[in-house]
Parts: sequence; C-alpha cells; structure tokens
Amino acid sequence: MKIVVTSQGPDLNSQVDPRFGRAKNFIVVDTETEEFTVHDNTQNLNAAQGAGIQAGRTVADLGVEAVVTGNVGPKAFAALQAAGIKIFLGASGTVKEAVKKFKAGELQDASKANVEGHWM
Amino acid sequence: MQIAIASGKGGTGKTTVATNLAWVASLNGQRVAYLDCDVEEPNGHIFLKPEIDDRRPVGKLVPRVDVERCTLCGQCDAICRFSAIVRIGDKVLVYPELCHACGGCALACPVDAISETSIEIGVLETGRAGAVEFAQGLLKIGQPMSPPVIRSVKATDSQADITIVDAPPGTSCPVIEAVRDADFIVLVTEPTPFGLHDLKLAVDMVRVLKIPFGVVINRAMPNGTDIRSFCKSRRIKILKEIPDDRDLAEAYSRGAVAAQALGGYKEIFADLLESILKAEGISK
Repeated sequence: MKIVVTSQGPDLNSQVDPRFGRAKNFIVVDTETEEFTVHDNTQNLNAAQGAGIQAGRTVADLGVEAVVTGNVGPKAFAALQAAGIKIFLGASGTVKEAVKKFKAGELQDASKANVEGHWM
Repeated sequence: MQIAIASGKGGTGKTTVATNLAWVASLNGQRVAYLDCDVEEPNGHIFLKPEIDDRRPVGKLVPRVDVERCTLCGQCDAICRFSAIVRIGDKVLVYPELCHACGGCALACPVDAISETSIEIGVLETGRAGAVEFAQGLLKIGQPMSPPVIRSVKATDSQADITIVDAPPGTSCPVIEAVRDADFIVLVTEPTPFGLHDLKLAVDMVRVLKIPFGVVINRAMPNGTDIRSFCKSRRIKILKEIPDDRDLAEAYSRGAVAAQALGGYKEIFADLLESILKAEGISK
C-alpha cells in the first residue's frame, strides 16, 4: 500500500512533521517494500491561507491511500476526505517508526479533524 | 470630503480622534457622517451613543456548484488564488470562509455549473447621533473576511459635507478598504516604540495609496522626541499633539466625547479639523 508520511527531513530516518498542511516534506512510502520518494511542500509551508487544502490536493495527486501525520485541521480534513484518503493521526518519532506503527495498526484512524486551522 | 482615521498600532486613539472630530465638525451646521469601519470591534457608538433606526444583514457571494453539470475540468480551481474552490479527485469543494467573492470561478466555468449565492457575514447599522449621521458594521463572530462589511458601511455615505471614517488598526486588506477612498488620512500614534514602529508601517501604506496624510500624536509627552524626529525626517506634518492628560483618560473611561465634556478639548479638535481641511487645500 502507498501511504504519505509528513516529514521534517528527506528520508525514513527524519522526524515526522506533526503538521499536515505545513509539513516540510511528504514522503511517499510503499509499506511492502519500504521504497520511498520525497515531495517538497515548501510552497504550502509559506502560504498565508489554504495550506491544508493545497496539501490535501498534493497528496491526492500522489495517488496514496492513506496519510500518516501528527494533526490535521478541518479544511485539510475535508479535502482528504473528498479524495477518499484515510487519515492516521498521532504519529511521532521517525518516519520509519511511524510506518512500522501504521503497519501494526497502532495509529488512530481519524474520523474528524483533531485541531483547529492554524493551530500552531 | 472624506477623512479617514487610521493608525497602524491598535489602541492609539483612533476612535477618540474620530468621534471628537465628528462632534466638533457637526457644530458648524455642516452635514457630518461618522462611519465606523472597524467592523471587528466597532466602539465609536460607546461615545456617540447613536439611535439606530435601521439594521440589515450584509452578505457575501460564494459559489455553489451544480454537480450534475460539473465536468470536473478544474478551471474554477485554477483561477482561485485563495483555495476557496478546489477540485480534488472527483469532487469540487467550496470553502466559503476563504472566498473573496470575486466571482472569477463562475466566469471561468465553461459549462455554467457555478452560481453565486449570498451568505450572511455581518450586519450594517445606521442611525443618528445628535447632528451626526452614524453607521457601523459588525462582522459576525467567526467570519474572517471583513472588507464586504466595510464596503457596506462606506456605501451609506450620503451627501455629507464631512465624512469621518474610523478605520481598523493595522495595514492589511480591511484598512486599505476603509481608507482607499479618503481625501485625507489622519494617522494617530503614541510616543512608544510600538507606536513609532507601526506608524512607519502605516506611513508606507498611505504612501503606496498616494493619499495626503498627517500625524496626530496622542498621549504626547514633552520629552518624547522619537516620533517628532521621524516625522521631521520624512517631511510628515504633525497635525496635532493631544496631551497625556488624566482628565481625558477619565472622560474616555466614562464614554464621553472629550470635546463636549472637557474644557479646552473643543478647541483642540476644532483646530485639528481646521488643520486637516487646510492641509487638504479646502478652507472651510
């Protein structure tokens, strides 16, 4: 399965970025093979508004089935839901650890946004 | 003539200056309007105590998508600079709170799938405060977009001889909307590092707008020289210095118009009005 993990750095040993819309990078990971690609999110990181929405679209275009991150605001949540992407919250530590927890079913499958927009 | 009272920094005395100017201007038989464009927290009414005789909702047009007609071409999404309408997968999402009501998406849609519908974002109140025509806007709590409410307040400006616009603080879109049509802008500041810092921002703003302006120093102290030297170096006219006066602060805390309630202030504000009219080249 292809998933996206929000990351502060460019590889699997980087820390998970707790933010979705303003995450530094999106790392697309194949959970079977652990092969990955990095997608820069600088443009949204610096957006005044709509970062979550645009990030949602970016992720939808990456063709992934799930997002693993720390927190998701309401606008990004609606965007991800529209794209039919599952959202797993509360990830922390390295990207590798987050993928491991995801595979073990230890992350919470979010049914709604867990923070307000601009929470951080 | 439209005079906008702005500041950069909040709490410098915009409303004090605006309400006092409106009151003194109304004394010489001219038609005067006071427009409270600080729609997130309008408080000119506390001093002018108007009788409100009309209240009406203020709306903002936002897109509505007819999913039957929509071909998911994404033209609406491509034109929107604010991500207020986005195509994601096989859906088009609208975020009304981000919409600036430009109507671009409806124009861009090649199959006429987008219509515009009004949502209520605030209230416009109009009435009279003695001889002063009064209007204020109130943005609904939770609504982030104030310019449409500010526009509705300014649209009430009838044929008043002198219109005083009480602007919100800052230098962003709501302030620009409030002051852009003014013939003259009064920037109110205070002798603190914050007052000076934000005055510089406000000066840069009005210079971009190319509107004549002058500065009022509120709570002025004899020894505070930073603002005076800044104004001198930038060739900015200081229209008036309002003293740091306990009586003035007490009148304010009672919700009184100082020019009406305190000796000496009628002259100070009448003199300020005179300076503004002179600076604008319109002698009364």
